Amino acid sequence: MTQNAIIEIEGVSKAFGAVTALNGVDATIREGEFFSLLGPSGCGKTTLLRLIAGFDEPTDGTVVIAGQSMAGIPANKRPTNMVFQSYAIFPHLSVADNVGYGLKRKQMSREEINRAVTDALAMVDLAGYGNRAAHELSGGQRQRVALARALVMKPKVVLLDEPLSALDKKLREQMQVELRQLQQQIGITFILVTHDQEEALIMSDRIAVLFEGEIAQLDTPEVLYRRPVSKRVASFIGVMNFLPATITAKAKGALAVDIPSLGKVSLAAGHAPEGLDPASVSTIGVRPEMLTILFDDAEKAECETTGEVTATSYCGDMTYYSVLLPKADEAVTISMRNTAGRSIVPAGTKVRVGWGVESVVLFD
Amino acid sequence: MNIGRFFSRNWLTGYAVVYMLVLYLPVVLLPLFAFNASTIIAFPLTGFTFEWFGVLFETNALHSAVQNSLVIAVITSILSTLLGTLGARAMVRYRFPLKRGIVSLIMVPLILPEIIVGVSLLVLLMQIGISLSIWTVIAGHVLICVPFSVAILSSAFQGLDPSLEEASMDLGETRFGTFRRVIMPLILPGIISSLLITFTISLDEFIIAFFLTGTDVTLPVYIWGQMRFPTKLPSVMALGTILLVLSVFLLVLGEVFRRRSASRQGQDASATGGLM
Repeated sequence: MTQNAIIEIEGVSKAFGAVTALNGVDATIREGEFFSLLGPSGCGKTTLLRLIAGFDEPTDGTVVIAGQSMAGIPANKRPTNMVFQSYAIFPHLSVADNVGYGLKRKQMSREEINRAVTDALAMVDLAGYGNRAAHELSGGQRQRVALARALVMKPKVVLLDEPLSALDKKLREQMQVELRQLQQQIGITFILVTHDQEEALIMSDRIAVLFEGEIAQLDTPEVLYRRPVSKRVASFIGVMNFLPATITAKAKGALAVDIPSLGKVSLAAGHAPEGLDPASVSTIGVRPEMLTILFDDAEKAECETTGEVTATSYCGDMTYYSVLLPKADEAVTISMRNTAGRSIVPAGTKVRVGWGVESVVLFD
Repeated sequence: MNIGRFFSRNWLTGYAVVYMLVLYLPVVLLPLFAFNASTIIAFPLTGFTFEWFGVLFETNALHSAVQNSLVIAVITSILSTLLGTLGARAMVRYRFPLKRGIVSLIMVPLILPEIIVGVSLLVLLMQIGISLSIWTVIAGHVLICVPFSVAILSSAFQGLDPSLEEASMDLGETRFGTFRRVIMPLILPGIISSLLITFTISLDEFIIAFFLTGTDVTLPVYIWGQMRFPTKLPSVMALGTILLVLSVFLLVLGEVFRRRSASRQGQDASATGGLM
């Protein structure tokens, strides 16, 4: 993956009447990366995608694509192509005519168009479907046609507006993998809008999490999951247990943290998210899989505490325990893999809970 | 079988039969007397003849009335469908100030008594000094046809996914190209339907034509004039028969077009409305 910027979003705001959809968004999208805009509905992610595509103009700020400001440039003159949420397959045209729709505007011979259409259909595994009518296709096939129609234009950026939300779970999971592979194979920048955090984690090189028209965090999936910058990002992406905590001392690049439920620990100063004042820390977060119930007396963990199981929920491969830790008001969730020979302890059992210092995330 | 249900079903069948008879029996009388070899419109029928149709071919005044009506109907249907397309599009796609008021104003001729429209237009034309011609009739007909056209085409535009237009623009097509390659083919059934219906409305419209026609009478005005002469009645019947067959033909044609284009889009033709 190259590091050259393909899209620069500079201070972009968008208001619809009195409603602010985007508020001063800055982001740089790199050439060849799979970039996701993730957020709950109404957070402005689709608005941002439409500003990039050129369907709307920003109220303030600029969108730069491939070094060129897009101010005043309409959608039909931008080097972007979109896969719509509804797919927007032209119902009166065949599959081949749908895919070749945009090529008719280019200076291409009929043979060249046919070849490009055939190649694009082969790329999305729809070879031989060219003569089908649009209404003969299944949801997954329509999605592929929409993708082929965008790819055949050889855009600098492909924009995907929740392209998988209309598919059933199995097909969606399959398409996530396929889309990701296809993107890596052809190396075109993809920007995906989604509200599904799992989908974003699976597919993306980098993710921008948006809340209320502002980017809350922009990072790789791993950093986003392991080091969320706020409680809101933490609970939007996966499950996070929150426990009250205070910083008791700060010395020699280390932070002494007192977590009443877990104990006193020392963290490296770099552990705190950037821009977070250590004095303002009031909460720590720890993921369910970072806590372990120590079933066996011989099992040891970096740090240990005790708790009481209040509820269990069995999910086949995993069991989720609600465990009440000392001095805590609410039970934390602990997920345990159901490996061979591991029994499931019932509610009411006193257990030892193991955890690691590295897994703790600091919040204000 | 449940007896109450049996009777209520028979009752409903009977009601439906009576309903159809009341609706269509008078229409059946038209061709019946058109082929009847007597100048008196009464039973019993006296014999079979094509004479009255022959009379139609020899009446020059009738020919010019037919010609006037056709010219008026063709121009009216094209103008009102054009205006209706623009109006329906604005109504469905855009938000603008006073939208409700403007839409109501466009639709008002639908419920306004035609005699009021006819008289007011006549007074207005006299005041501004425009002499009566087929163009004044066209103006009046466009006024009452546009609401029908808007109603038909707004349902066509409502069925159109807005992202289709965006997809076309996104693929490099211009606004006009998008209209030609995407919007037009998809609303074509609505346009044909609108052309046929406004054509039919204009063709048999009497009141406004009666007020606004000058020396170039339209067909309904001509027929009304002929009613004063009892000897001309059978040929009026023959004329009515021709018009009846023509109207049914146009409606069937329109429906065939609509169904064909609906099935091409993969929709169930009977589920998408239409005239039949």
